[in-house]
Amino acid sequence: MKKIDLVIIGGGPAGLSAAKTAAESGLASLVIERSSAIGGQLVKQTHMFFGSEKQYAKTRGIDIAKILVKDVLEFPNLIEIMTNTTVVGLYKDKVVTLLKKEKYIKVQAKAIIIATGASEKVLAFENNDLPGIYGAGAVQTLMNVHGVMPGHDVVMVGSGNIGLIISYQLIQAGVNVKCVLEAASTIGGYKVHASKLKRLGVDIKTSHSIKKAIGKDCLEKIIIGKLDDKWNFIDGFDEEIEIDALCISVGLSPLSSLLSMIGTEMKYVGYLGGLVPLINKNHETSIENIFVAGDVCGIEEASSAIVEGYLTGLVVANKLGFIHPKYDELYLDFKNQLRNLRSGPFGEKIRLGLKEIAR
Amino acid sequence: MLNINGVPSKTLILSRFPDEKYLNKPKAITECYERIPCNPCSTSCPFGAIHIGEDINTPPVVDFDKCTGCGICVYSCPGLAIFTVELLDELNARFKIPYELRPLPKVGETWDGVNRAGEFITKAYIEKVSLKEKQDRTALIQVIVPKKYIYEFITIRSKL
Repeated sequence: MKKIDLVIIGGGPAGLSAAKTAAESGLASLVIERSSAIGGQLVKQTHMFFGSEKQYAKTRGIDIAKILVKDVLEFPNLIEIMTNTTVVGLYKDKVVTLLKKEKYIKVQAKAIIIATGASEKVLAFENNDLPGIYGAGAVQTLMNVHGVMPGHDVVMVGSGNIGLIISYQLIQAGVNVKCVLEAASTIGGYKVHASKLKRLGVDIKTSHSIKKAIGKDCLEKIIIGKLDDKWNFIDGFDEEIEIDALCISVGLSPLSSLLSMIGTEMKYVGYLGGLVPLINKNHETSIENIFVAGDVCGIEEASSAIVEGYLTGLVVANKLGFIHPKYDELYLDFKNQLRNLRSGPFGEKIRLGLKEIAR
Repeated sequence: MLNINGVPSKTLILSRFPDEKYLNKPKAITECYERIPCNPCSTSCPFGAIHIGEDINTPPVVDFDKCTGCGICVYSCPGLAIFTVELLDELNARFKIPYELRPLPKVGETWDGVNRAGEFITKAYIEKVSLKEKQDRTALIQVIVPKKYIYEFITIRSKL
């Protein structure tokens, strides 16, 4: 059995950042990533990021991915990266079992950071399985990673930041975005993103949602309807829109199933997007030396995931006896950065949610 | 309504403009009305003219005495929410706007000038197009539009 001090599950912004601060402290780690490349969802974020300089604000996500990857590659003796590898088992004694292509690998760790991120929520409506109906993440992967246009005429469902940003990126890719639907009575994401779409002629239809999709072999059109304040459709406002692609962006859920698997104490917290582990101030779960960072413990922006990763890598190393020369200074700095990122109105959900999972 | 359709009210728009006497030189207008965690406009300004402070959720405030209208904040804003405006004469105003679509306009062309609702309002004459490496793929387009549209004009649209 392979032995390593720290196993980090997930090579996205949180996992890579954790590997960096752990390595700076002198702690060796193995980063496990199921896809063929590390960088997580950042590799398809072509827009400039918000936040402050410390979280690489105004840098495009695709370039932040490059920075984080370069940072971990600077520690070839301390950070091992395993791509195309899926975690298939996780045990309380810190044994992790992996599948890399056809090969089954067992690893004994002293500590584990679970940084698996999130998955997209789906939406129930008639014919929601027609070809041409995508999750927003898939659309972004198609156009920004593979250079494939998902369709010619698109409607976006959901006006959170992801829905707004991907609508804008669709326009940049030359796709006609017919409108954005939002079930709530107000726009979900940052208004600067909404204004960017509106000035390009895209209507954001608040209090609207999709009723059904229509098409023989693939999506041909949709019926949308108007909602009352209890999100029930109001009769007489149906509208038909001809499109060949529909993009669903109705939120994310933490990918926390590995945590349930080993029996950490979990709680369903709506503010955080779903089922999340209880954690202490250092991101340690109810099982000693099992830590979490990033969206797996609450849906937030990637900027927060990066800082959570830095913080978690730092404290895990410290706990295993590898003390960063600037531990106290960095610990305070990361905590302050997170507080600052979360202190506005858009941080309210995460502030309330974190109170519910504090242990 | 900004919250409903993404279009700020006239009052909100005016709240970000200085008195017209400042506009004989280019000045940055920060159309960032909401508390969101973001401060590149402030940290990128070489003149210390945009204030946000410790709490990065604070909306930016421009010191129009310090602002030179250089345009660095225009391409540094992740929300594409900043432009500069300058009154040229009785009839015309000059804007520098961020632009992330392709193809880029060419100097000398006339494109459609649109308002915040995405509607055509006037012709916009393309005076200068800059896309240096430090701009990181956000072009700065310098356009001339009639002065009477200074509170309406927001971007350009290709006539294709």
